[in-house]
Amino acid sequence: MHKIELHKVVKRFGQNTVCDGVDLTVEKNQMVCLIGASGAGKSTLLRCINLLEPIEDGEIFLDGEDISIPGLNPQRVRAKIGMVFQNFNLFPHMTAYENAILAPRRVHGLSKLQLQSEIEALFERFELADRMHNYPDQLSGGQQQRVAIVRALAMKPEVMLFDEITSALDPQLVGDVLDVLLKLKSQGMTMVLATHEMGFARQAADKVCFLKDGKIIEEGTSKQVFDAPKKSETKAFLARAFK
Amino acid sequence: MPIPEAAGMTRRERYEQKQRLKSLIIAAASTICVVAALVIIVPMTPGWEKVQKSFFNGEVLAKTFPKLLDAFMVNVMIFAWSAPAIAILGLLIALARDAKSPALFPLRIFGAAFTDVFRGVPVILTVYLIGFGIPGLGLPRPWNSPFIWGSLALVLTYSAYVAEIFRAGIDSVHPSQRAAALSLGLSERQVMRDVVLPQAIRNVVPSQMNMLIALQKDVSLLSFIGPVEIFRQAGVFKSLFANFTPYVGAAIIFLIVTIPATRYADYLMARQMRERS
Repeated sequence: MHKIELHKVVKRFGQNTVCDGVDLTVEKNQMVCLIGASGAGKSTLLRCINLLEPIEDGEIFLDGEDISIPGLNPQRVRAKIGMVFQNFNLFPHMTAYENAILAPRRVHGLSKLQLQSEIEALFERFELADRMHNYPDQLSGGQQQRVAIVRALAMKPEVMLFDEITSALDPQLVGDVLDVLLKLKSQGMTMVLATHEMGFARQAADKVCFLKDGKIIEEGTSKQVFDAPKKSETKAFLARAFK
Repeated sequence: MPIPEAAGMTRRERYEQKQRLKSLIIAAASTICVVAALVIIVPMTPGWEKVQKSFFNGEVLAKTFPKLLDAFMVNVMIFAWSAPAIAILGLLIALARDAKSPALFPLRIFGAAFTDVFRGVPVILTVYLIGFGIPGLGLPRPWNSPFIWGSLALVLTYSAYVAEIFRAGIDSVHPSQRAAALSLGLSERQVMRDVVLPQAIRNVVPSQMNMLIALQKDVSLLSFIGPVEIFRQAGVFKSLFANFTPYVGAAIIFLIVTIPATRYADYLMARQMRERS
């Protein structure tokens, strides 16, 4: 059984078709990178998987269960799928620690005391222990993004979605955040990334999908897609990306 | 004009110092001219002596001021119970107007109607209608008190405005905050309570400060239906002394409270502008 399976997913905003019949499978422990130009539909696809955007047609399966049935309560699904955003989206009125502890408390109904050692351990694991009680505006972009990852991990998700999480960072801070992703990969996290970091995708992805105009044009291992792309669109995109 | 030249000043700093000095001199000169004109010309007007006697009478002021202060405590009291009620009702109305579930549709309609009605009627009319109308039902003491119904009129009117400010605050929280909170598995209700509202309320504190200041002044409208608060007390003294100075005294008391509050609201507003830029 696939961890995640998308079957002919269609998403429209008004007249604009953003995902145009996308088929995609993600296996357990796999890191899948979605690449493609801005507006190709990568971010929207991630938001559909997390049920932040309802889809017009097709199905999305998580562990074989159809999670795209209209009217399904999305909370239970979202609790299993963590998501990290381009602009961090930390809650500015809470400290890093409070950001991380909010959802496990509210959704899993655990007490502060029950969660304390676990959440503190997470901050330590990502070298943020000394920043735990700072507010987001006291942190650098790289630290904020790592806190956002910790916040998502605090829910113990089975899958993590990353939406261009390094695009808003200064170049010298990108490395820290990518290191976190490698760490998660080594621990066997199932991950789907929308990314413009071609070097990273090439080095770390188990599977790479190239999107154009809401369709997956080409997919394969990173070797296949980066070293021997078959489609002319992929070749043109990679030629520009690696120029 | 020769400017003392501090050693080590850059060309730019010297220029700016010169400019500052220039503006200072112009501002001072213009202020002196205006004040001088007022001080010289106003006393030359034919009615000045009479006005001075009936509006700025030190003797009357000294006699009435302590009593006016006492009466002002009535304003403070009405303000003190109305303000929290307004905050709570305003927030509830704001939330009612944003309710999404179809079962709450009547609540949404009610919220919209409420704000339309109470923003559309002059405060004094609401005070009259509720303040005279409801005790007219022949309610027993203490339920016929104009304090209760007058306060209610203020609460209803101000809640309508305050609700609109809260709604603007809720809209000012970026949708990405909602998306992030939802992605963690929180329910719509939890998102509103834990993520959106705390930020929304913080964003509207300066605007709500201005509403508080306006409320403090509008408490005086209750004088029209009975309670002897400061405006009414000043009116009593006016008749007693045949002199308008008590009104000036009342104005002074209001200003002592409202000027610091206004300055503080402006300060909060300016700080928020800085934080956002």
